[in-house]
Amino acid sequence: MTGEGQKQTSENVLSIKDLSVNFNTEDGFIQALRRVSIDIPPRQIVGLVGESGCGKSTIINSILKLLSNNAEITNGSIHLQNEDILMMTPTQLRAIRGKRVSVIFQDPMTSLNPALSIARQMTDIQYRDQINKSTKRQRAIDMLTRVGIPDAQKRLKSYPHQFSGGMRQRIAIAMALLMKPDLLIADEPTTALDATLQIQIIELLKVLQKEFRCSVLFVSHHLGLVADFCDQVVVMYAGEVVESGDVRDIFHRAAHPYTKRLLECDPARIKTKTRILPTIPGNIPDLVNLSNDCIFKERCHIKDDKCPLTIAPLRELTPGHFVQCHLSQAGESQ
Amino acid sequence: MKNLLEIEKVKIRFRTKGMLKAVIDRDKDPYIEAVCGASLTIKQGETFALVGESGAGKTTLARSIIGLVTPSQGSIRYRDQELMGLDDKSFKPLKRDIAMMFQDPVGCLSPRLSVRSIITEPFKIHGLPINDVTKEATKLLDMVGLPASFLNSFPYQLSGGQARRVGMARALALSPKLIIADEPTAGLDVSIQGEILNLMYRLQHELNISFLIITHNLAVVRHTSDRMAIMYLGRFVETGPTDEIFAQPSHPYTKVLLSSSPEPDPDAPRNRVMPIGEIPSLINRPSGCEFHTRCIYVEDRCRRDVPPNRNVGLDHDMTCFKSE
Repeated sequence: MTGEGQKQTSENVLSIKDLSVNFNTEDGFIQALRRVSIDIPPRQIVGLVGESGCGKSTIINSILKLLSNNAEITNGSIHLQNEDILMMTPTQLRAIRGKRVSVIFQDPMTSLNPALSIARQMTDIQYRDQINKSTKRQRAIDMLTRVGIPDAQKRLKSYPHQFSGGMRQRIAIAMALLMKPDLLIADEPTTALDATLQIQIIELLKVLQKEFRCSVLFVSHHLGLVADFCDQVVVMYAGEVVESGDVRDIFHRAAHPYTKRLLECDPARIKTKTRILPTIPGNIPDLVNLSNDCIFKERCHIKDDKCPLTIAPLRELTPGHFVQCHLSQAGESQ
Repeated sequence: MKNLLEIEKVKIRFRTKGMLKAVIDRDKDPYIEAVCGASLTIKQGETFALVGESGAGKTTLARSIIGLVTPSQGSIRYRDQELMGLDDKSFKPLKRDIAMMFQDPVGCLSPRLSVRSIITEPFKIHGLPINDVTKEATKLLDMVGLPASFLNSFPYQLSGGQARRVGMARALALSPKLIIADEPTAGLDVSIQGEILNLMYRLQHELNISFLIITHNLAVVRHTSDRMAIMYLGRFVETGPTDEIFAQPSHPYTKVLLSSSPEPDPDAPRNRVMPIGEIPSLINRPSGCEFHTRCIYVEDRCRRDVPPNRNVGLDHDMTCFKSE
């Protein structure tokens, strides 16, 4: 199955439904994810934003089923096209990891094996294909050239430490795309890089995404890059999706008070110089002892007495723009 | 305003190979210059920002101010007193006035000391008597907005933002006049980043402290600093008032940096000056203008000649041939 045929359908590449994940710790159950639903349509770039500890990494690990042993998926499903990843056997999982779903991690130095040459690593990941070694090598060279490694033929013999940070991340991208995945997960792919390299990598990903026609789940806390790169955005807070929608819905018509606050806090968004920067007062709630109501109530600046003491319903304000808040109204333009 | 710190034409170099190896290789110059000829002044109560990519020499230059690396040439003056060549004994009292907040918030705190010991250690190091350690530590924690319950915590129990605050409390312990903050917001979420920067501003306002901020986050620089310098391969390519540089960047590298941080707006105009390539190695510095390998305006003379430092506005200098 090459996946080419399936990409033609309008069905979502990945569909997470009502996913809840708990971590069993000494202090009790940490409810890391609660009722998370995310859809990734074909050839779309979906941005996942939120502060540290909001569950971004748990989502990625759930998709790949790489959760640690103390994690328990208490509810929900993750469908990759038609199959439920959570029901898969280890053999089936091995067949999709790296082939249909691949990942670019934050730090390319730790995601590449320092003891093996790039050539070895790039041919190894083609282990499924029954083709001869020189063809695999040629594929690797073509892919490295594609991501902008100069003189790829010669550099193939090199080891990861012989490349600069930006080059290493390019190699990681080449490896992730080599098997033409349906879904590419980019977990903070530019955080470890300088600003000038950051934008180069994003521009590269844009071109490659069009060429390989894959979907991308782009996890980042850099709002500027998300606005630049993504088609859709999912905003998470303390383990829940609080708002999701088209990139313009989120950046121009944010409805959830957390999204609004998050956008206000980004100094890049503030046009006039100010010495006092906005913040979100308060802390993330304790994920062990959660009360069963609005997750953001402690820090919310618009809450009022009329807010019911229940979990806010997920409402669709305009087609595709979802918000989980008792109060938010549609059409507020900023 | 009086100048608090004056750095003039400082050069800092590091050996690339041992003495014997250099003789065998007939290498007459076994050094890389991490900083070459940087000059800046910081006035009382102002914030100066050093900006540049990794490897530009920002941290090295900052560390030379408190004597953690020794420059090979140049002059560093604190309140008109030359710091270079000063022996340890006469340098030590001056170090009370200059504090440093290091880059790695948790890594710079000793894992075996409690917060109480960490923030009062400077008193011990400088032999200053304090009557009540707990009282002093509580006062310092209060200044950075942490409750006294943190006194007995250890660094591994702190979040990134809390560790930053503890680092700041330690820096404030001896009432310094100048704080060098190396990447004060790296790795922090935007809302916590705002809290840390607001705290720095409040303390600056209350205590009249000068800040030297090292960062690559231009949005932070824009809102927090009075003046800034952009470093490339150990040289300043542009220095001047922050507002002016953001309004009218002169050097091509500044333009590249400014357009490398996209605005959080999907419909923002993208007149982007795309950066080309990566920062070259300090071992093989490019000839002429060192930015020519990545510059879109490159001409023949850029490859040949070193551009002069030119004045393009009040207190606003840059190093490029291109006049407009």
